[in-house]
Amino acid sequence: MTTGSPGNNTPLIEARGLHTFYGDSHILHGIDITIHKSETVSLIGRNGMGKTTTLRTLIGLAPPRQGTIKVHGRDIKKSKVHKIVHQGIAYVPDDRGIFPNLSLYENLIMAARSGPNGRDDWPLSRVLDLFPRLKERMGHMGNQLSGGEQQMLTIGRALMTNPDLILLDEATEGLAPKLRKIIWAVIKQIKKAGIATVIVDKDIKTLLEISDRNIIIEKGKIIYDGDSEKLIKEPEILKKYVGV
Amino acid sequence: MQKITKPVQLFLLIALGFALWFPSVGDEFYVELLINIMIIAIFAMSLDLLVGYTGLVSLGHAAFFGIGAYGLGIFFGEMNQYSIWAALPVSLILTALAAVVIGWISIRTSGIYFIMLTLALAQMFYYYFFESKLYGGDDGMFISTKPDVNFGSIQLLDLGNEHTFYYFTLGILVVVFLFLVMILRAPFGQVITGICANEQRVRSLGYATQRYKLASFVIAGTLAGLAGFLEAAHTGFITPSYLGWHESGNILVVVILGGLGTLYGPIIGAVALVLLEDFLPDITEHWKIVLGMIIVCVVLFLPNGISSLSGKIFRIPSQIMKTILRG
Repeated sequence: MTTGSPGNNTPLIEARGLHTFYGDSHILHGIDITIHKSETVSLIGRNGMGKTTTLRTLIGLAPPRQGTIKVHGRDIKKSKVHKIVHQGIAYVPDDRGIFPNLSLYENLIMAARSGPNGRDDWPLSRVLDLFPRLKERMGHMGNQLSGGEQQMLTIGRALMTNPDLILLDEATEGLAPKLRKIIWAVIKQIKKAGIATVIVDKDIKTLLEISDRNIIIEKGKIIYDGDSEKLIKEPEILKKYVGV
Repeated sequence: MQKITKPVQLFLLIALGFALWFPSVGDEFYVELLINIMIIAIFAMSLDLLVGYTGLVSLGHAAFFGIGAYGLGIFFGEMNQYSIWAALPVSLILTALAAVVIGWISIRTSGIYFIMLTLALAQMFYYYFFESKLYGGDDGMFISTKPDVNFGSIQLLDLGNEHTFYYFTLGILVVVFLFLVMILRAPFGQVITGICANEQRVRSLGYATQRYKLASFVIAGTLAGLAGFLEAAHTGFITPSYLGWHESGNILVVVILGGLGTLYGPIIGAVALVLLEDFLPDITEHWKIVLGMIIVCVVLFLPNGISSLSGKIFRIPSQIMKTILRG
């Protein structure tokens, strides 16, 4: 395993030796992952290798059987999901999880909360400035939105929680190229705003362009951890483990 | 919550106008029938909060209806005079406490297990009252008089008068409806509606969903207790069957028939079911088969309940108007 250099010495999340199971299936085999403040990290790997499970483990939706997870230095392994969210971690799931029976406005506003240190950097107006399309659809119900609008809403909702870190799972999956460009542009703006992100996506080229660090997962184990420049110089690694 | 459309608002206002006007011209029998409908509507709206908005299908909701009724019977049933300001809080507090206990245990499960737990816990209450000689057992209890509604020494309402009781119940129905609209439009309503759609997602937005589910359960149970209190005060009689699973199933049918997750749907369901139960026996002695067929047809052809007809009905005149305007 190659270890990359973190940009900041204070870890936002520090997970050690994570072993996560779904029933009897052993998915994560001793994952170590550290995310620093304002860092953009990509999780790369083929389907079924444990990328989504890693994100779900970090947010508490798939609690690990072994290992430790610290957020801002505090152990959260036994914390419930809502408590972890209160520590400044937001999750954008691959299924988007829009509430179809609530309006777009209600979907956004119910996520509004101050950040861990009482920060309120992302009020509704700022989120709507980031996604002007949502402004036009405020009264529409969740099930009346297109896939792209739903994705914007999901990211907007995550921002409304004023997080320190956003876990983005396949945020551009199934979207038209034009919409993908919009989502990537938003992710770049989130990075610029100093929010750390862990991104899972199939668009490796853009991931390498945007990420400070890349982690490759193979069969529930981290087999590579390094910056984009380094990974680009080692194309055989991408070819072997990702097929590109 | 889903917006109540302008045509539906208009329909509800017309229905309210009719309800206010009816006792002045209607037969006493139908005044009585309407009181019954309104009590069932309150009971059904309380269940709609749980099933239609929170996504918790309970088969034990009648327990709270019965506890509300027994609360009145046990503490005030033998008194010749008592105040509603004492009797109603006692009934509501008892029901709320029972809802906290049943809810606290039940919400730890979901789906079929939640249904089975609510059913089992409610049946425990049913058998307790069924076998309790102290509270009349199978024979039930009588309530000697209706509560006084006084302010100091001034009598505000004479609930012994059937028409006054009618307007009192109508007032409570309107207040309960508006109260539920208010809480469903508040952040609390957004959270429980979110739980109904995707509980895990609500948790990952930072909400302790169990607390919200319990709060919804307790509000729904307490409102069912209010309906039970009204039923006991109205009929002057309580029976253990009020708490039984049959009653829980019946009220679920009212909600489904009228339309889940609408609030006004359960009122329509209560009107439809009580009127059908009243008129069908005059047509055939096998009226329950006919009633069953009607319910099956509604479920098959109007999966969102009778209230979903409103959208279709109001669309017809607007389409006719559009056709005329197009020439």
